[in-house]
Amino acid sequence: MKDSLVLQTNKIGKYFYDPVKFKVLDDISFDVKHGEFLSLVGKSGCGKSTLLYILSTMDTAYEGDLIIDGETLTGKKTDHLARVRNEKIGFVFQFHYLLPEFSCLKNVMIPALKLGKYSHEEVEHRAYQKLDILGIKDEALKPASKLSGGQQQRVAIARALINDPKIIMGDEPTGNLDSKNTQIVFEIFKRLTVEQNQTIVAVTHDNDFAKASDRTIEMLDGKIVNLNKQWD
Amino acid sequence: MKKGVNLEIALTHILSRKKQTLVASLGVTVGITAFVFLNSLILGFNRFFDGSIFKSMPHMRIYKDDEISKSLASKKDSASVNVVINPKILNKTKNLINPQVLVNEIKHQPDVVAAAQWVTVNLFYISGKSQLNGVASGANIHEADAMFDITSTMIEGDVQNLESVTNGILIGVGIAEKLNIRLNENLTVISSLGASKVMKVVGIFKTSNSITDKTKSYMNLAAAQQLLREGPSYVTDIYVNIKEPQKVTEYKPLFEKITGYKIEDWKEANETFVAAGKTRSVMMRSISAAILLVAAFGIYNILNMTIMQKLNDIAILKATGFSGKDVVKIFVGEAMIMGTFGTCIGLGIATILVNLVSHVYVGGDIGFFPIRFESSIMALGAFVGILVTTAAGFIPARNAAKVDPVEIFRK
Repeated sequence: MKDSLVLQTNKIGKYFYDPVKFKVLDDISFDVKHGEFLSLVGKSGCGKSTLLYILSTMDTAYEGDLIIDGETLTGKKTDHLARVRNEKIGFVFQFHYLLPEFSCLKNVMIPALKLGKYSHEEVEHRAYQKLDILGIKDEALKPASKLSGGQQQRVAIARALINDPKIIMGDEPTGNLDSKNTQIVFEIFKRLTVEQNQTIVAVTHDNDFAKASDRTIEMLDGKIVNLNKQWD
Repeated sequence: MKKGVNLEIALTHILSRKKQTLVASLGVTVGITAFVFLNSLILGFNRFFDGSIFKSMPHMRIYKDDEISKSLASKKDSASVNVVINPKILNKTKNLINPQVLVNEIKHQPDVVAAAQWVTVNLFYISGKSQLNGVASGANIHEADAMFDITSTMIEGDVQNLESVTNGILIGVGIAEKLNIRLNENLTVISSLGASKVMKVVGIFKTSNSITDKTKSYMNLAAAQQLLREGPSYVTDIYVNIKEPQKVTEYKPLFEKITGYKIEDWKEANETFVAAGKTRSVMMRSISAAILLVAAFGIYNILNMTIMQKLNDIAILKATGFSGKDVVKIFVGEAMIMGTFGTCIGLGIATILVNLVSHVYVGGDIGFFPIRFESSIMALGAFVGILVTTAAGFIPARNAAKVDPVEIFRK
């Protein structure tokens, strides 16, 4: 299990058409194993965020193939992709994107309620568990807008974890956090890969964060220049 | 379970912005109130005017139509042409054959409320030197009363008196005033055929129509027949009332088949009136539709604003696995909740309003304000209210479903 592939890309390419036709991704092919902590680095504008959104199935305008958990997702219907995201992928963004009207607990519960695999009570119990793992169980019933930045980010991670996704994708997940909270988030990610065999794919500018991950892919001008960057 | 979470999100959105929700809902409330109120008004008006028609006119009148004479020489073949032709109305009697049998037959039909044999006489009312021309209806007074509710218009005397007094007459209040005649006094009537008869006034009635009051009288069938110099089997019309006057056209062929005579229904006889009724309905319906449309725009606006403010939320919902359909469900759900809420209050207010207005006394022949409260209008109001708001919510909701999360996250 540990060595089987959870994510594969095959010659992914993408164009931007505005203002002029421009190839933003070119010939991206790589594999990610179960339980791997992968970081994507590169200069601003090298296309790493664009790549992440293609991997996340939210962006469907690309060429090449995307295979997640053995299923080719290229060309699938958007409703099906939504289902795949719900079940198999968790997201952590630079900003938390919590729903401000809801309590932290509800924010965490919503994707699980959507999945409909567990009863309402079970979902609530699981949401408490996730918040507990992230050390913010006491804040569960507060409105999401009342929490500090670090706490909000942890709620967002709990939301990403609620359906026990195969892959957790992060777009600068620590970009908006201080070093202490960055450390906490990193620890959590690390623990998830080791203990839960979940896979992390994170785009980051933070070299310390990337260094500490299992593997780092480096990109430049829409191409992969290093599939396993070695740090000095 | 899935529906549950969409609804939960919709409800939370609505409850977290109570003021806006209330404003949007109140728009619907006003729309639905106007819709129900105006429709009740139309119904009341139409019932009232129909009622006023049926005070002097039956739903159906069965009579013998005039016949036109045929040309004496019949065409030999298609090549020949009749040169001398002079078609004229045949001078035949207008009486119906075997009227009593026909009436009995008609009364046995389902949906027939009343049927009466009828003879109309043009005559002069004479008292001393003064004379007035007018029209008398000869009929069985029981049947006539059942049809036109003469009793309710009586101001002096009694309809029943006509039964016991064979030469009795019920006259309009206008005739009584002009001829200076009081109850139980006599007056002479002379028909257009020259037959004269002394009649005893056994009742005076007053309708809403002054022309009727100045010309109309009721007498026994036999008296009318005598004035026309005809025998007891002479009846020119049979008047028929049915349960639902609006459906009169559907019954017409049936009765034509039963009697074999020509039938004129009240709609034919009052085309102007029917057209006026239709105009009134169209006018009020367009007004209520316009108000509803404004209310729908209220919902549309509020939802559009909500969606603009909630682009981030929509993006994250889509990222975490909500499909476009779910997003549509959420926002249409919001529109429906606001619409249902507004509609319910609107129906409540309309009920109160209709009730209040129906107790306003306008006097005259109208009495209380002619407005009708009916559950079918309520049901229609509820249906239209929820339908319109749902439709209004669907357009912005569909736009929300098209939000591309990638675009939002890249900003």
